[in-house]
Amino acid sequence: MNNPSGSFDRRNVLKAGAAVGVAGLLATPKPTWAASEKPIKIGMIDPITSIFAALGHSEIKGAKFAEAEINKKGGIMGRPLQLIVEDGAGSPGTSIDKAARLVSRDKIDFLIGAVNSASALALSQFANKHNLLYVCTGGHVDSLTGKDCHWNTFRTCSTTWMLTAGDFETLFKKFGKTWYFITTDYAFGHAEQADYITQLKKAGGKVVGGALAPVGTTDFSSYLIDVKAKKPKVLCLLLAGDDQVNCMKQISQFGIDKEIAVGGALIELEELQALPQAALYGWWTMEWYWKQPKTPHVAEFVKAYLAKYPGQYPTARSWFGYASVYAIKLAVERAKSIETLKVVKAMEGLVLPPEIALQPGTPAYRAEDHQLMLSMFPGHAIQTGKYPNLFEVSAIVPGAQLALPPAETGCKIKYPA
Amino acid sequence: MTMEIASARTAVAKPPAPGLISRRVLGNVALGLVLLAVPFWLPLVGGYTDLASRVLIYALAAMGLNLLLGFTGGLSFGHAAYFGLGAYGVGLMLKYETHSILLALLVGTLVGGIAATLLGPIAVRRRGIYFAMITIAIGQMFYFLAVRWNSLTGGEDGLTGFSRHPIKLPGLTVPMGSVGFFYLVLVCFGACALLLWTVLNSPLGHTFVGIRENYKRLIFLGVRTKRYLAISFAISGFVVALAGGLNALLDNFTSPNTLNYTLSGDFLIIAVLGGMRNFWGPLAGAVIFILVRDYVSSITDNWMTVIGLIFVLSVLFFPLGILGFFNRKSAS
Amino acid sequence: MGLILLFNAFNGLIQGAFYALMALGLALILGLNNTINFAQGAFMALAAYFAFTLVPYTGFWGALIAAPLLAGVIGFAVETVLVRRLYSRKDPIYTLLLTFGLALIIQDMIRTIWGAQGKPLAIPGFLNHPLSNTYFFLTGYRLFVVAVALIGTGALFAVLRFTRIGIRIRAGNADLETISALGVNIYLLRTANFIIGIVFAGVAGILAAGQLGLNPTMGDALIMPAFVAIVVGGVGSLVGSLLGGLIIGLASGITTAFFPAASEVVIYVIMGIMLVVRPRGLLGQEGLFE
Repeated sequence: MNNPSGSFDRRNVLKAGAAVGVAGLLATPKPTWAASEKPIKIGMIDPITSIFAALGHSEIKGAKFAEAEINKKGGIMGRPLQLIVEDGAGSPGTSIDKAARLVSRDKIDFLIGAVNSASALALSQFANKHNLLYVCTGGHVDSLTGKDCHWNTFRTCSTTWMLTAGDFETLFKKFGKTWYFITTDYAFGHAEQADYITQLKKAGGKVVGGALAPVGTTDFSSYLIDVKAKKPKVLCLLLAGDDQVNCMKQISQFGIDKEIAVGGALIELEELQALPQAALYGWWTMEWYWKQPKTPHVAEFVKAYLAKYPGQYPTARSWFGYASVYAIKLAVERAKSIETLKVVKAMEGLVLPPEIALQPGTPAYRAEDHQLMLSMFPGHAIQTGKYPNLFEVSAIVPGAQLALPPAETGCKIKYPA
Repeated sequence: MTMEIASARTAVAKPPAPGLISRRVLGNVALGLVLLAVPFWLPLVGGYTDLASRVLIYALAAMGLNLLLGFTGGLSFGHAAYFGLGAYGVGLMLKYETHSILLALLVGTLVGGIAATLLGPIAVRRRGIYFAMITIAIGQMFYFLAVRWNSLTGGEDGLTGFSRHPIKLPGLTVPMGSVGFFYLVLVCFGACALLLWTVLNSPLGHTFVGIRENYKRLIFLGVRTKRYLAISFAISGFVVALAGGLNALLDNFTSPNTLNYTLSGDFLIIAVLGGMRNFWGPLAGAVIFILVRDYVSSITDNWMTVIGLIFVLSVLFFPLGILGFFNRKSAS
Repeated sequence: MGLILLFNAFNGLIQGAFYALMALGLALILGLNNTINFAQGAFMALAAYFAFTLVPYTGFWGALIAAPLLAGVIGFAVETVLVRRLYSRKDPIYTLLLTFGLALIIQDMIRTIWGAQGKPLAIPGFLNHPLSNTYFFLTGYRLFVVAVALIGTGALFAVLRFTRIGIRIRAGNADLETISALGVNIYLLRTANFIIGIVFAGVAGILAAGQLGLNPTMGDALIMPAFVAIVVGGVGSLVGSLLGGLIIGLASGITTAFFPAASEVVIYVIMGIMLVVRPRGLLGQEGLFE
């Protein structure tokens, strides 16, 4: 169903035309050459509008950067790469509409994208129905490479589970045994909190309180009132996006960060950028960071990225877009085909080379659940930081140490007959 | 104002002249044929069947809403709630109870429709802007319920894990690929259109239009206007819920977005854009709205501005909608 | 527990004052311009972004005055070019859809001009601290917001009570046709009223941004509670809007203490109950906009 058949059809038509006369004679030598020029198309669906727009823009920039780089170096198997970006607006329905259009009108060969989990799950299901390889760039929900996994879906960003494992030890050892959680009230937060509590109990700590905050909470003061009353040593924030930003600002306004150590799982450079100086504090985990003095290739990457997007440093999201496009390129070259099943097989166990991985170690897409074993970057926000120096990485932890073993993810991949 | 009344009468209330019947029947037959042939001609002009299904589903929702909005004069800004209830009804049925999408659709329609039947009487206690506000409030309640009730609805992540199964009838199995599903949507659309047409041409429908045109006089005449408004609310709720159920089947997915007031706004603009005093207005509006959004959002990042302009321009220049505009032209 | 409940109640009242401030502008426009202004949230965001751009030149205080006025200029254009054309149409759907569309356009423009990335709005350092260690949730900034809400309502009340334009606006609320027949230029009156409403939105937007930060979609989250405050307080009554804001703030504050998941739903439940039991709201006038 993918591309070669298309050019065969055309050739047959042209051959039929040749019987008629001159037109055919002129055209006959061309098809093979034209076929080699035909671009390999990757469709990308990411939010350009909506509350996820800032993260979406970063992913799109990263993917476009990869597209330009690949085409400059001769494309994929001698064919140019074409990235077609559509706005999924963070809405699963819109994302599916756009995917349907990309498939039927643009005849894309591969699909990537998604910032939020809802869109990621919807796209994964869509791609499965359409026999299409889908690489999820940024939706963290565990089930995507867990109980809802599909043979055709891969994921570049981490699972929720991996995020929690990064910085527990630091927080526990440095700051103390009594913890309070403010957790976002849906699957993502619940999963994170459950894992922290498991680790906390194992280490002999104690949960002194917790609150589930609905997504979109703008005022955290009532939760913070309770935090003050319970006097924990560590306040663990398991929030996302704007909620994280709002909560961190209010904590600093109330002066709580001066008395209680604050930390949590995921933080993104885009979030830190949205914070005023006074609210830059706490211990968090990044999924990738632009400043890695000891890792080869990173400095060159950042320099080239800045040349393309002046003044804008690559974020973890940019890297997701970048790595996802490259992963497809590498898998296609390994499979020597763009047929979905062959590329899927080639991508299983695919190791990202250092100039793409841009981190120590050898991150690979795990064959059992199609999850990339990327490293985690625990560290802390820099109180006096100025963009882009907002975060200090304290360690880089290989993903394979953090991820659930394949048998425990709940993923059983069934291939098409 | 007088113009609106006049065009409304030609659309529904006044029994059409004999010559008009044949013209209208011809028009409807032609429309039916064009819709039946969609899977054959649409790919030739660069479209795809799922898009046509989406257009019909939105048209169905807007048509259901329009019974209340355009023909009874009730400005509901919360019909997405019934759309979303239908969608969650279908999704939950398919996920936990049954593989029959017809049964699931039935349950989804009932869930949304009964909710509308129960809540309508509360909303119709007030008119005008207040009515709109009550409907928004009710709608947002369902929205936050869906967002918060994680264990049932999947919360913000939406409801996954269900899909379309072939329809098994005695001696016949209908596959539910893009094309098969399109015809299911078309059948639902046709049946609802027929239902709405029948209602509008019955004494009930004439009462609806009367309420829109002269609420106070009908009260003086002893008509229990609130009861009729509630009936109109309920019928429109059932139709919108069916559309929501179909939408969940189209996506194999549903999320709280399908309950949000912004979607209610989309339905309203579809009805107004096409012509809320015209029976087929919502269909025309859905074709334009969905196609423009689909097309524009792939050529510019600023598609929201274009959609916003559609709202602004259609309100300013086509208060009677596209169909109303052309009807008026041909009439003068 | 008692102390925490008290804290939460206080905190809810502070939050409610904030809602009330947002509701005031919306209520003004609903009253005389007969318009549910769905673009009010977008205007709040717009003014906040204006302030963000102005702060380096004028400082926070200058921006707090200048940015709402700039938003008011845009409001002036919107009213005279667009909204005004719809006054003659009786059906409220047209202004509703017009402002709904405007909200989309303004939000998209903000994203295009300032970018999707969230930004902080710097507030003066001395406001950014708790006043006492026990009542730590009373930061200078929050009290400042409450003060602005109270002063704003007071000033508006005085204007409506004691100035010529104010008396005309109130008269117009009650019976537009009569005051028009008495020779008052109601077009001018409505334009002035719309601008005042937008300036209020602007002040509320900037104060919100100081607390929450800026992003293009910030208006979406702000408009609904304001809207609920009006309905609960009663359409046509500014004191009612203030009261409505305080009530829903208090209710959601107290709910947060017991059952956080319902803290948003509760304001809609209150609105629903109010509409059933007392549809005109606490202090609203009977029969307005029917």
